[in-house]
Amino acid sequence: MLSTTIVIVSALICISLIMNLIRLLRGPDLPDRILALDTLYINSIGLILLFGLYKGSALYFESALLIAMLGFVSTAALCKYLLRGDIIE
Amino acid sequence: MIRSWTRRWIPMPAQSLILFATWLLLNNTLAPGHILLGAFLALAIPLLVVPMQAPQPRVRSHLRAVRYTLMVLYDILVANFEVAMRVIGPMSKLQPAFVAVPLDIEGTLPITILASTISLTPGTVSAEVSEDRQWLYIHVLHLTDEAQLIAQIKSRYEAPLKEIFGC
Amino acid sequence: MTPVIELIICAFLLLGGIFVLLGSFGLLRLPDFYTRLHTPTKATTLGLAGLLIGSMIYFFVAEQRLVVHELLITLFLLITAPVSAHMLAKAALHHKVRALKRTQGQNLFTAARKRQPPPADN
Repeated sequence: MLSTTIVIVSALICISLIMNLIRLLRGPDLPDRILALDTLYINSIGLILLFGLYKGSALYFESALLIAMLGFVSTAALCKYLLRGDIIE
Repeated sequence: MIRSWTRRWIPMPAQSLILFATWLLLNNTLAPGHILLGAFLALAIPLLVVPMQAPQPRVRSHLRAVRYTLMVLYDILVANFEVAMRVIGPMSKLQPAFVAVPLDIEGTLPITILASTISLTPGTVSAEVSEDRQWLYIHVLHLTDEAQLIAQIKSRYEAPLKEIFGC
Repeated sequence: MTPVIELIICAFLLLGGIFVLLGSFGLLRLPDFYTRLHTPTKATTLGLAGLLIGSMIYFFVAEQRLVVHELLITLFLLITAPVSAHMLAKAALHHKVRALKRTQGQNLFTAARKRQPPPADN
Protein backbone atom coordinates (compact mmCIF):
# COMPACT_ATOMS: atom_id res chain seq x y z
CA MET A 1 0.00 0.00 0.00
CA LEU A 2 2.78 2.36 0.92
CA SER A 3 4.69 1.97 -2.34
CA THR A 4 1.52 2.62 -4.35
CA THR A 5 0.83 5.77 -2.33
CA ILE A 6 4.38 6.97 -2.88
CA VAL A 7 4.00 6.57 -6.64
CA ILE A 8 0.65 8.40 -6.62
CA VAL A 9 1.99 11.30 -4.56
CA SER A 10 5.07 11.50 -6.82
CA ALA A 11 2.74 11.80 -9.80
CA LEU A 12 0.84 14.61 -8.04
CA ILE A 13 4.08 16.47 -7.38
CA CYS A 14 5.24 15.99 -10.98
CA ILE A 15 1.98 17.54 -12.21
CA SER A 16 2.53 20.51 -9.91
CA LEU A 17 6.12 20.82 -11.17
CA ILE A 18 4.78 21.09 -14.72
CA MET A 19 2.28 23.75 -13.59
CA ASN A 20 5.12 25.72 -12.01
CA LEU A 21 7.13 25.40 -15.20
CA ILE A 22 4.24 26.81 -17.26
CA ARG A 23 4.01 29.77 -14.89
CA LEU A 24 7.78 30.21 -15.05
CA LEU A 25 7.72 30.41 -18.83
CA ARG A 26 4.52 32.43 -19.12
CA GLY A 27 4.65 34.71 -16.04
CA PRO A 28 4.13 38.25 -17.30
CA ASP A 29 6.44 39.93 -14.76
CA LEU A 30 9.78 39.17 -13.16
CA PRO A 31 8.35 38.63 -9.63
CA ASP A 32 6.00 36.03 -11.12
CA ARG A 33 8.94 34.09 -12.47
CA ILE A 34 10.81 34.29 -9.18
CA LEU A 35 7.73 33.05 -7.35
CA ALA A 36 7.45 30.13 -9.76
CA LEU A 37 11.13 29.31 -9.22
CA ASP A 38 10.60 29.44 -5.46
CA THR A 39 7.68 27.01 -5.66
CA LEU A 40 9.66 24.82 -8.05
CA TYR A 41 12.48 24.24 -5.58
CA ILE A 42 10.11 23.58 -2.69
CA ASN A 43 8.26 20.98 -4.77
CA SER A 44 11.51 19.35 -5.81
CA ILE A 45 12.37 18.95 -2.11
CA GLY A 46 9.13 16.97 -1.80
CA LEU A 47 10.10 14.80 -4.76
CA ILE A 48 13.53 14.04 -3.26
CA LEU A 49 11.93 13.13 0.08
CA LEU A 50 9.57 10.72 -1.65
CA PHE A 51 12.46 9.14 -3.52
CA GLY A 52 14.31 8.66 -0.23
CA LEU A 53 11.19 7.07 1.22
CA TYR A 54 10.88 4.79 -1.81
CA LYS A 55 14.48 3.66 -1.47
CA GLY A 56 14.18 3.45 2.32
CA SER A 57 17.30 5.54 2.80
CA ALA A 58 17.61 8.55 5.07
CA LEU A 59 20.60 9.86 3.12
CA TYR A 60 18.44 12.02 0.84
CA PHE A 61 17.46 14.33 3.68
CA GLU A 62 20.88 15.94 3.54
CA SER A 63 20.35 17.00 -0.05
CA ALA A 64 16.80 18.16 0.78
CA LEU A 65 18.14 20.37 3.56
CA LEU A 66 20.81 21.77 1.23
CA ILE A 67 18.26 22.56 -1.48
CA ALA A 68 15.99 24.25 1.07
CA MET A 69 18.79 26.53 2.27
CA LEU A 70 20.21 27.36 -1.16
CA GLY A 71 16.73 27.95 -2.56
CA PHE A 72 15.81 30.43 0.13
CA VAL A 73 19.08 32.31 -0.24
CA SER A 74 18.69 32.50 -4.01
CA THR A 75 15.11 33.79 -3.74
CA ALA A 76 16.21 36.42 -1.25
CA ALA A 77 19.14 37.43 -3.48
CA LEU A 78 16.94 37.74 -6.57
CA CYS A 79 14.41 39.89 -4.68
CA LYS A 80 17.19 42.10 -3.36
CA TYR A 81 18.48 42.48 -6.89
CA LEU A 82 15.06 43.57 -8.13
CA LEU A 83 14.69 46.05 -5.28
CA ARG A 84 18.14 47.53 -5.71
CA GLY A 85 17.75 47.86 -9.47
CA ASP A 86 14.71 49.99 -8.78
CA ILE A 87 16.58 52.27 -6.40
CA ILE A 88 19.37 52.96 -8.91
CA GLU A 89 16.75 53.76 -11.55
CA MET B 1 33.22 38.43 39.19
CA ILE B 2 32.22 35.02 37.91
CA ARG B 3 29.10 36.62 36.54
CA SER B 4 30.90 39.21 34.46
CA TRP B 5 33.29 36.53 33.24
CA THR B 6 30.37 34.42 32.04
CA ARG B 7 28.78 37.39 30.33
CA ARG B 8 32.03 38.21 28.60
CA TRP B 9 32.73 34.75 27.19
CA ILE B 10 29.23 33.21 26.91
CA PRO B 11 27.16 36.22 25.80
CA MET B 12 24.18 34.20 24.52
CA PRO B 13 23.71 31.03 26.58
CA ALA B 14 20.33 30.07 25.11
CA GLN B 15 21.49 30.52 21.53
CA SER B 16 24.68 28.56 22.29
CA LEU B 17 22.59 25.67 23.57
CA ILE B 18 20.34 25.73 20.48
CA LEU B 19 23.39 25.80 18.22
CA PHE B 20 24.92 22.83 20.05
CA ALA B 21 21.70 20.82 19.87
CA THR B 22 21.21 21.65 16.17
CA TRP B 23 24.75 20.56 15.35
CA LEU B 24 24.23 17.18 17.05
CA LEU B 25 20.81 16.76 15.40
CA LEU B 26 22.20 17.57 11.96
CA ASN B 27 24.90 14.94 12.36
CA ASN B 28 22.49 12.56 14.07
CA THR B 29 25.21 11.32 16.43
CA LEU B 30 26.56 11.51 19.97
CA ALA B 31 30.18 10.71 19.10
CA PRO B 32 32.72 12.49 21.35
CA GLY B 33 34.40 14.15 18.39
CA HIS B 34 31.16 15.77 17.26
CA ILE B 35 30.32 16.82 20.82
CA LEU B 36 33.71 18.55 21.04
CA LEU B 37 33.35 20.26 17.66
CA GLY B 38 29.76 21.26 18.42
CA ALA B 39 30.76 22.73 21.77
CA PHE B 40 33.56 24.69 20.12
CA LEU B 41 31.20 26.08 17.46
CA ALA B 42 28.51 26.87 20.04
CA LEU B 43 31.04 28.91 22.03
CA ALA B 44 32.86 30.55 19.12
CA ILE B 45 29.99 31.66 16.87
CA PRO B 46 28.17 33.77 19.53
CA LEU B 47 31.46 35.53 20.30
CA LEU B 48 31.77 36.45 16.62
CA VAL B 49 28.21 37.65 16.13
CA VAL B 50 27.67 39.50 19.43
CA PRO B 51 28.71 42.91 17.96
CA MET B 52 25.97 42.59 15.31
CA GLN B 53 23.21 42.11 17.84
CA ALA B 54 20.50 44.76 18.10
CA PRO B 55 18.69 45.13 21.43
CA GLN B 56 15.31 43.37 21.37
CA PRO B 57 12.48 43.21 23.91
CA ARG B 58 12.66 40.13 26.10
CA VAL B 59 10.05 37.39 26.10
CA ARG B 60 8.11 37.92 29.31
CA SER B 61 5.90 34.88 29.43
CA HIS B 62 7.17 31.63 27.93
CA LEU B 63 3.88 29.84 28.56
CA ARG B 64 2.01 32.41 26.51
CA ALA B 65 4.61 32.13 23.75
CA VAL B 66 4.06 28.36 23.51
CA ARG B 67 0.29 28.86 23.48
CA TYR B 68 0.63 31.48 20.74
CA THR B 69 2.73 29.09 18.62
CA LEU B 70 0.16 26.30 18.95
CA MET B 71 -2.68 28.67 18.08
CA VAL B 72 -0.82 29.85 14.96
CA LEU B 73 -0.18 26.24 13.87
CA TYR B 74 -3.88 25.46 14.24
CA ASP B 75 -4.77 28.61 12.28
CA ILE B 76 -2.37 27.60 9.49
CA LEU B 77 -4.24 24.31 9.13
CA VAL B 78 -7.66 25.99 9.02
CA ALA B 79 -6.41 28.75 6.72
CA ASN B 80 -5.16 26.26 4.20
CA PHE B 81 -8.52 24.59 3.81
CA GLU B 82 -10.11 28.01 3.36
CA VAL B 83 -7.59 29.10 0.73
CA ALA B 84 -7.93 25.74 -1.03
CA MET B 85 -11.68 26.29 -1.36
CA ARG B 86 -11.09 29.77 -2.81
CA VAL B 87 -8.56 28.44 -5.32
CA ILE B 88 -10.90 25.74 -6.58
CA GLY B 89 -13.94 28.04 -6.60
CA PRO B 90 -14.85 30.50 -9.35
CA MET B 91 -12.33 33.28 -9.98
CA SER B 92 -14.94 35.96 -10.71
CA LYS B 93 -16.17 35.84 -7.11
CA LEU B 94 -12.72 36.65 -5.75
CA GLN B 95 -12.52 40.06 -4.08
CA PRO B 96 -8.82 40.86 -3.48
CA ALA B 97 -7.87 44.03 -1.60
CA PHE B 98 -5.05 46.03 -0.08
CA VAL B 99 -5.55 46.99 3.56
CA ALA B 100 -3.50 49.19 5.89
CA VAL B 101 -3.44 47.85 9.43
CA PRO B 102 -2.47 50.27 12.22
CA LEU B 103 0.18 48.79 14.53
CA ASP B 104 0.18 49.13 18.30
CA ILE B 105 3.25 47.05 19.05
CA GLU B 106 6.76 48.43 18.87
CA GLY B 107 10.16 46.98 18.14
CA THR B 108 11.42 45.18 15.08
CA LEU B 109 11.17 41.64 16.45
CA PRO B 110 7.48 41.73 17.50
CA ILE B 111 6.50 43.42 14.21
CA THR B 112 8.44 40.79 12.25
CA ILE B 113 6.69 37.99 14.12
CA LEU B 114 3.30 39.63 13.54
CA ALA B 115 4.01 40.07 9.83
CA SER B 116 5.14 36.46 9.47
CA THR B 117 2.05 35.23 11.30
CA ILE B 118 -0.15 37.27 8.99
CA SER B 119 1.64 35.84 5.96
CA LEU B 120 1.06 32.28 7.14
CA THR B 121 -2.61 32.59 8.13
CA PRO B 122 -6.03 33.14 6.48
CA GLY B 123 -5.72 34.58 3.00
CA THR B 124 -3.45 37.47 3.94
CA VAL B 125 0.12 38.36 2.97
CA SER B 126 2.00 41.25 4.55
CA ALA B 127 3.59 43.36 1.86
CA GLU B 128 5.22 46.41 3.40
CA VAL B 129 5.61 48.30 6.66
CA SER B 130 5.64 52.10 6.79
CA GLU B 131 8.86 53.81 7.76
CA ASP B 132 7.59 55.00 11.13
CA ARG B 133 6.45 51.44 11.92
CA GLN B 134 2.87 52.53 12.53
CA TRP B 135 1.19 50.84 9.57
CA LEU B 136 1.39 47.41 8.04
CA TYR B 137 0.22 46.99 4.45
CA ILE B 138 -1.32 43.61 3.74
CA HIS B 139 -2.87 42.00 0.69
CA VAL B 140 -6.07 40.03 1.25
CA LEU B 141 -7.18 37.26 -1.09
CA HIS B 142 -10.89 37.68 -0.39
CA LEU B 143 -12.10 40.69 1.58
CA THR B 144 -15.62 40.75 2.98
CA ASP B 145 -15.39 43.31 5.78
CA GLU B 146 -12.31 45.49 6.25
CA ALA B 147 -13.06 46.65 9.79
CA GLN B 148 -13.78 43.12 10.94
CA LEU B 149 -10.53 41.81 9.43
CA ILE B 150 -8.46 44.49 11.15
CA ALA B 151 -10.23 43.86 14.45
CA GLN B 152 -9.60 40.13 14.11
CA ILE B 153 -5.88 40.60 13.43
CA LYS B 154 -5.60 42.96 16.37
CA SER B 155 -7.42 40.78 18.87
CA ARG B 156 -6.18 37.38 17.73
CA TYR B 157 -2.53 38.00 16.95
CA GLU B 158 -1.44 41.43 18.08
CA ALA B 159 -2.84 41.35 21.62
CA PRO B 160 -1.13 38.04 22.59
CA LEU B 161 2.16 39.29 21.12
CA LYS B 162 1.79 42.44 23.17
CA GLU B 163 1.41 40.35 26.30
CA ILE B 164 4.32 38.08 25.39
CA PHE B 165 6.74 40.94 24.87
CA GLY B 166 5.15 43.31 27.34
CA CYS B 167 5.30 46.39 25.11
CA MET C 1 4.80 -2.40 10.38
CA THR C 2 1.14 -2.68 11.31
CA PRO C 3 -1.53 -1.72 8.75
CA VAL C 4 -2.80 1.09 10.97
CA ILE C 5 0.55 2.87 11.00
CA GLU C 6 0.89 2.32 7.26
CA LEU C 7 -2.53 3.87 6.79
CA ILE C 8 -1.54 6.90 8.87
CA ILE C 9 1.65 7.37 6.84
CA CYS C 10 -0.30 7.09 3.59
CA ALA C 11 -2.84 9.64 4.80
CA PHE C 12 -0.10 12.15 5.66
CA LEU C 13 1.63 11.61 2.31
CA LEU C 14 -1.59 11.97 0.34
CA LEU C 15 -2.61 15.10 2.23
CA GLY C 16 0.82 16.57 1.58
CA GLY C 17 0.69 15.72 -2.11
CA ILE C 18 -2.76 17.20 -2.53
CA PHE C 19 -1.75 20.46 -0.85
CA VAL C 20 1.40 20.75 -2.95
CA LEU C 21 -0.74 20.23 -6.06
CA LEU C 22 -3.22 22.86 -4.87
CA GLY C 23 -0.40 25.33 -4.28
CA SER C 24 0.85 24.96 -7.84
CA PHE C 25 -2.68 24.93 -9.22
CA GLY C 26 -3.33 28.27 -7.53
CA LEU C 27 -0.04 29.60 -8.88
CA LEU C 28 -1.19 28.74 -12.37
CA ARG C 29 -4.83 29.75 -12.08
CA LEU C 30 -5.12 32.91 -9.98
CA PRO C 31 -5.46 36.11 -11.99
CA ASP C 32 -2.74 38.51 -10.75
CA PHE C 33 0.61 38.45 -8.97
CA TYR C 34 -0.60 39.49 -5.54
CA THR C 35 -3.25 36.78 -5.38
CA ARG C 36 -0.78 34.25 -6.80
CA LEU C 37 1.49 35.01 -3.87
CA HIS C 38 -1.00 33.42 -1.46
CA THR C 39 -1.05 29.78 -2.45
CA PRO C 40 2.66 28.90 -2.72
CA THR C 41 3.42 30.39 0.69
CA LYS C 42 0.62 28.60 2.50
CA ALA C 43 -0.47 25.47 0.67
CA THR C 44 2.98 24.37 -0.45
CA THR C 45 4.47 24.82 3.02
CA LEU C 46 1.69 22.78 4.61
CA GLY C 47 1.94 20.15 1.88
CA LEU C 48 5.64 19.71 2.46
CA ALA C 49 5.07 19.56 6.21
CA GLY C 50 2.63 16.69 5.61
CA LEU C 51 5.16 14.82 3.47
CA LEU C 52 7.89 15.36 6.06
CA ILE C 53 5.75 14.17 8.97
CA GLY C 54 4.78 11.08 6.98
CA SER C 55 8.37 10.18 6.22
CA MET C 56 9.40 10.86 9.82
CA ILE C 57 6.82 8.36 11.09
CA TYR C 58 8.00 5.86 8.46
CA PHE C 59 11.65 6.03 9.44
CA PHE C 60 10.77 6.00 13.12
CA VAL C 61 8.72 2.82 12.76
CA ALA C 62 10.65 0.97 10.04
CA GLU C 63 14.20 1.64 11.15
CA GLN C 64 13.68 2.29 14.85
CA ARG C 65 15.58 5.53 14.81
CA LEU C 66 14.61 9.11 15.06
CA VAL C 67 15.52 11.07 11.93
CA VAL C 68 15.27 14.68 12.98
CA HIS C 69 16.33 16.23 9.68
CA GLU C 70 12.67 16.34 8.67
CA LEU C 71 11.83 18.42 11.70
CA LEU C 72 14.67 20.80 10.89
CA ILE C 73 13.52 21.12 7.27
CA THR C 74 9.91 21.75 8.34
CA LEU C 75 10.99 24.42 10.80
CA PHE C 76 13.26 26.02 8.22
CA LEU C 77 10.46 26.15 5.64
CA LEU C 78 7.99 27.53 8.17
CA ILE C 79 10.41 30.33 9.05
CA THR C 80 11.51 31.17 5.51
CA ALA C 81 8.16 30.98 3.67
CA PRO C 82 6.75 34.27 5.06
CA VAL C 83 10.12 35.98 4.63
CA SER C 84 10.38 35.14 0.95
CA ALA C 85 6.70 36.03 0.44
CA HIS C 86 7.28 39.40 2.06
CA MET C 87 10.35 40.08 -0.09
CA LEU C 88 8.50 39.09 -3.26
CA ALA C 89 5.57 41.35 -2.39
CA LYS C 90 7.99 44.18 -1.72
CA ALA C 91 9.81 43.62 -5.00
CA ALA C 92 6.48 43.54 -6.87
CA LEU C 93 5.30 46.77 -5.21
CA HIS C 94 8.51 48.54 -6.12
CA HIS C 95 8.35 47.22 -9.66
CA LYS C 96 4.79 48.55 -9.95
CA VAL C 97 3.40 45.16 -10.89
CA ARG C 98 -0.22 45.81 -11.72
CA ALA C 99 -2.95 44.35 -9.53
CA LEU C 100 -6.29 43.02 -10.70
CA LYS C 101 -8.63 45.86 -11.70
CA ARG C 102 -11.24 45.13 -9.07
CA THR C 103 -8.70 45.05 -6.23
CA GLN C 104 -9.91 47.33 -3.47
CA GLY C 105 -7.68 49.90 -1.81
CA GLN C 106 -5.39 50.51 -4.77
CA ASN C 107 -4.93 54.08 -3.56
CA LEU C 108 -2.63 52.61 -0.91
CA PHE C 109 -0.16 51.56 -3.61
CA THR C 110 1.91 54.73 -3.77
CA ALA C 111 1.99 55.15 -0.01
CA ALA C 112 3.10 51.54 0.48
CA ARG C 113 5.81 51.91 -2.15
CA LYS C 114 7.22 54.98 -0.45
CA ARG C 115 6.75 53.41 3.00
CA GLN C 116 4.56 56.34 4.05
CA PRO C 117 1.47 56.17 6.27
CA PRO C 118 -1.75 55.71 4.25
CA PRO C 119 -3.48 58.82 2.84
CA ALA C 120 -5.67 60.60 5.38
CA ASP C 121 -9.06 60.00 3.76
CA ASN C 122 -8.69 56.27 4.26
